[in-house]
Amino acid sequence: MKLKIFLFCLCCFFLFGCMQNTNSNTITVWHWMTDRQDTFEKLANQYQQLTGIEVKFELYAPSDAYSQKIIAAAQARVLPDIYGILKEKEKFAVFVKSGFVADLTEEFQKNEGIWEKSLFAKALNVNRFEEGNIYSVKPGIYGVPIDVMNIQMLYNEKLLKKAGIGRPPRTFDEFIEDIHALRRIGVDGLISGWGELWLLDCFASNYAFNIMGEEKIMATYRGEVPYTDNDWVEVFRIFERLRDSDALFKGIVTKNNKYAEQDFALERAAFAFNGSWCVNVYNGMNPDLEYGAMLPPKVNPNLPMRIWGAAGSSFMVNNSSKKKDKAIDFLKWLTSERQQVFLSAETKNLPSNRHALSSIPEILSQFASAMDDITHPSTWKYNEDPLVTETFGKEIQSISIGERSPEQAAEEVQRIKIRQLERAKNRR
Amino acid sequence: MAETKAKRFSFLEFKGTAENYLFIFPAVAIFAVFYIYPFYEILNLSFHEWDGIGLTRTFIGLGNFKEIMQDKVWWTSMWHAGYITLIALIFQNALAFGLALSCDRDIRARKFYRVVFYLPPVLSEVVVGLIWQWILHSGIQSGEPIGLLNFFLTKAHLNHLVHNWLSDPKTALTCIALVHSWKGFGWGFIIMLAGLQTIDRQLYEAARVDGAGPFRTLKDITIPMMVPVFLMVMILTILGSMQVFVLVLSMVGQGLVYHTEVPVTRILLSMTGLSRFGYACAQGIVFGFILIVSSFTLNKISKRFKQDEAR
Repeated sequence: MKLKIFLFCLCCFFLFGCMQNTNSNTITVWHWMTDRQDTFEKLANQYQQLTGIEVKFELYAPSDAYSQKIIAAAQARVLPDIYGILKEKEKFAVFVKSGFVADLTEEFQKNEGIWEKSLFAKALNVNRFEEGNIYSVKPGIYGVPIDVMNIQMLYNEKLLKKAGIGRPPRTFDEFIEDIHALRRIGVDGLISGWGELWLLDCFASNYAFNIMGEEKIMATYRGEVPYTDNDWVEVFRIFERLRDSDALFKGIVTKNNKYAEQDFALERAAFAFNGSWCVNVYNGMNPDLEYGAMLPPKVNPNLPMRIWGAAGSSFMVNNSSKKKDKAIDFLKWLTSERQQVFLSAETKNLPSNRHALSSIPEILSQFASAMDDITHPSTWKYNEDPLVTETFGKEIQSISIGERSPEQAAEEVQRIKIRQLERAKNRR
Repeated sequence: MAETKAKRFSFLEFKGTAENYLFIFPAVAIFAVFYIYPFYEILNLSFHEWDGIGLTRTFIGLGNFKEIMQDKVWWTSMWHAGYITLIALIFQNALAFGLALSCDRDIRARKFYRVVFYLPPVLSEVVVGLIWQWILHSGIQSGEPIGLLNFFLTKAHLNHLVHNWLSDPKTALTCIALVHSWKGFGWGFIIMLAGLQTIDRQLYEAARVDGAGPFRTLKDITIPMMVPVFLMVMILTILGSMQVFVLVLSMVGQGLVYHTEVPVTRILLSMTGLSRFGYACAQGIVFGFILIVSSFTLNKISKRFKQDEAR
């Protein structure tokens, strides 16, 4: 009998122990930002002292593993109160359509839109679905940007001076001339983490905007303009010129961005292509590094250079969370000026609150000054098929290593594009 | 009459049978939950188009399998895995056998060497990949190569051999295959050493009395006696090498064009990059089928060898 009672108690213990923790005064946040965990915890402490609500920041890194965890949690319906979606807009749309993300439009528009107005519109647009969007998502704002970022070129002031270069290049021809000057003193030109295809895609996309403008790019994504068009071949030719002028750091096509950041921080290359998060990274690797940020040098003087930029990281509220209101209140507090100044100072990222810009370091100001030139795939009306994007990146790699000509690369990308268009048509 | 009696219900017999089932139930339950159900789910998904999150899956029959048959990159990746496996079968197993032979002799630091040779498999594949990426780094700073290999080549006045190891299609995959072999030879070494120690020493003594030299002993005693062990190591090498991917990711990121693609990186891409879970599952099924067929074939060969030996 005693044994039976003991077994019963044990079963009860296991059963109740496995039940979800529904402490109404605790908000759980899942994120992937290893460099921000300490700062988040400090902010969580402040918030608890202020409101009595405990905020638990749970870190899951690296970002790939985090993405998989989020997908698995969505499948099992165990998402936390607040979380971020690292995937492209298409995936974000699936999360929204499946009912995993709360629509925050009303909250943003309360009190004459004070919350919405305090944040950078371009950062907010990443989380916005417009009327008639191609994903068929109900129009609205579905996420809160906690910082903003943009991806630009960086130059090492000391190395440029050593090569007799007075100012950073403004045109692509000037850039190539500078590369020659740098090669003469034995310094490598451009480093970037092109082993990560998205960064390579981003660089190519900047030049596509400069060479042909947004309309033509969107027309290509819709399948109306082929990749074999002269303007696209011109985009591919950029990489041929970089290769022929020996501008690329050796091994750039298989380099992860972490290593590329190390190479630039240790002054192994004069130029880098990296995001504004690099300020914190370089500071950790080489605090004495003297560098500046610049837009990628233009090829076409008649069209603007558009760089990728938007919300660096965004948080979404779980639509089925019982603590939805508390989670929203916390995000309002987190994105208010005071907290944003603190977050920016501690993590050296650009704040998402426009009023917090006044107290950021010089290098971040340089990044911030380009916020008018930013664009981002998440804000475009159309996005390219992921397989075409992969082929696009791979073909650029093959131009960079001298395997293919721009024309051959364009033909291959177009071949995959046609195949994917047909597939989409059949699916419909 | 007696037969009818035997078929009657017997509580004791039922109790015995039930007890037997009760004992195997935990194992069967675990097997069903963690092996059969996931396999069924993967098989089921392979006939669907699914983005991995949405609530709806579209049944497309054999559509994913048909697409795999036409997917050139997939079959190229299979070929690459085959190349890595071939190098592992030759280089890794030759090295493992050579070292096992040396440690099978009566040498002083035998135990020390056993530990040293088994170290690489213990290391994390990511760590090994990153270390070798640093060794094979092709960058230059102040006129000097940064990568360890290129640095030593320069110091040895072999500047013509300095190379862009991981970003050249001619060398990238071979480098990955060699690093994989370096990492994997340790367990082959342990299995082969165990195999060598099972060979009756009297055979060697008898051969020596008959005037056989070391080469003859190796050819006529060691190698024939080791054939079943070789075959087992070969099966394990094939299964391990075909599934290589962590090394690839840590050494060349998302890959050098399509020159370093292997099946698992393609499956990962289909799943996380392209959000095509159904297609990824179909790739997994095809890949698993190929691995099972190769293992069975080798197993058959192994059995034939054993039968020949018995005759």
